[in-house]
Amino acid sequence: MTGRLLETAPGPGFADPVADSQRAFRAMLEAIARPGTVQAIGAELTPPAPLSRAAAAALLTLVDFETPLWLDAAARQPAVEAWVRFHCGVPLVDDPAAARFALVADPMGSLLPLDRFPIGEDAFPDRSATVIVAAAGLKSGSGWRLSGPGIEGEARLEAGGLPLGFAAAWQANRGLFPCGIDLFLTADDRVAALPRTVRLED
Amino acid sequence: MDGYNFAYLDEQTKRMIRRAILKAVAIPGYQVPFASREMPLPYGWGTGGIQVTAAIIGTDDVLKVIDQGADDTTNAVSIRRFFARTTGVATTERTAEATIVQTRHRIPERALSAGQIIVFQVPIPEPLRWLEPRETETRKMHALAEYGAMHVKLYEDVARHGRIATAYDYPVMVGGRYLMRPSPIPKFDNPKLDRSPALQLFGAGREKRIYAVPPWTTVVSLDFEDHPFEVQRWESCCALCGATDSFLDEVIVDDRGGRIFVCSDSDHCGERRAAGHVGPQPDALGQPVAEEAT
Repeated sequence: MTGRLLETAPGPGFADPVADSQRAFRAMLEAIARPGTVQAIGAELTPPAPLSRAAAAALLTLVDFETPLWLDAAARQPAVEAWVRFHCGVPLVDDPAAARFALVADPMGSLLPLDRFPIGEDAFPDRSATVIVAAAGLKSGSGWRLSGPGIEGEARLEAGGLPLGFAAAWQANRGLFPCGIDLFLTADDRVAALPRTVRLED
Repeated sequence: MDGYNFAYLDEQTKRMIRRAILKAVAIPGYQVPFASREMPLPYGWGTGGIQVTAAIIGTDDVLKVIDQGADDTTNAVSIRRFFARTTGVATTERTAEATIVQTRHRIPERALSAGQIIVFQVPIPEPLRWLEPRETETRKMHALAEYGAMHVKLYEDVARHGRIATAYDYPVMVGGRYLMRPSPIPKFDNPKLDRSPALQLFGAGREKRIYAVPPWTTVVSLDFEDHPFEVQRWESCCALCGATDSFLDEVIVDDRGGRIFVCSDSDHCGERRAAGHVGPQPDALGQPVAEEAT
């Protein structure tokens, strides 16, 4: 019995939940305050596949019983479900429109259309989804041209593994301002952000 | 400190505040509602700023707290001690050394840098509140970017006084979209809000709102073409350090009507004096008080 429990028990979360979530949060805060920069999340984690360390740290840092979470098909593995339920106590929802946070492990297949996620309301634009996306790689200094709040002039950001048409979909999302979703791009232990204010050109 | 979590707040509260801060940064100038907690000091003493600081602070941070520009006033001293006791982080009075500056009523004279976060304590976050008391209405006005009422208020200033008489908490437009109240900083500090390399966070505890200005974001003080925004100027300089470009406080020095003007930013003034700048009455306030032990 004990053996079976150990086999199916979810793996560990943060080693030091207080300090690790603070470091991860500051990395995410820096990323969203300065779009185009890539930040290290700074925590040792061994999350279940297909979660990257950064995506897992983002979940541990931000989601809990107050924030319904939507997992895309690639992330909706029993091990992932058990892990986020155990560590975050988060309700999982089947409808992306009901989510406050979304985790997209397979952006090619399930990131678009972006307007599946709640965009908030004119009076409460903060009630929009925060989407955590698994990118194939993140690089500052080349790729998209970004401009907007948080950026002095122009910044460059390259994110691998995103679907064709993402830039156009993002422009449409930007056009909804002050409504719109916010995106965290994650790869390995690194994170970058696209707040809804960011203008993005190929 | 035994019996308390790091930075006093429990982890679920920090998560809730952190989510609000991220949305605030994503929507510059918009006031994000949050479930403000009861803090071990009364509303009006900076509970909003303290909760924001508690949600972002980590062991590597160096914290500076100012009240009206000074590090040695009651509010600043007690908040600095609060964080020294609940987090054990290093504290400083030097603007240049701080990674987080929590402030009431001022922005330091020394330009903030990209690695710094400034946290404002905000009593009333809603810029339209004295014009429209109903939250349901002000929320609609923000949704529609309907800010004519504020221009009328400033115009009434001009009609009555011949100039815009608002001297502090001077309304600004953030990123060309949201009207924002910059907390009761003097309008002297408004230009520092614009395109600042530092991240600026605002916390209102009693009113349960968090808002933000990301780095490099435009912050424009409202004005009229024929009555452009301008900051206050003084005829005298700082009596201690001779500064002519800082915000000055008037200090009564005796019971015969004697008064001097001194820098409101005590660190700025101290730095200038250490660098050899001398004002007309360098000893007017006696010897500087030794730094408190924290």
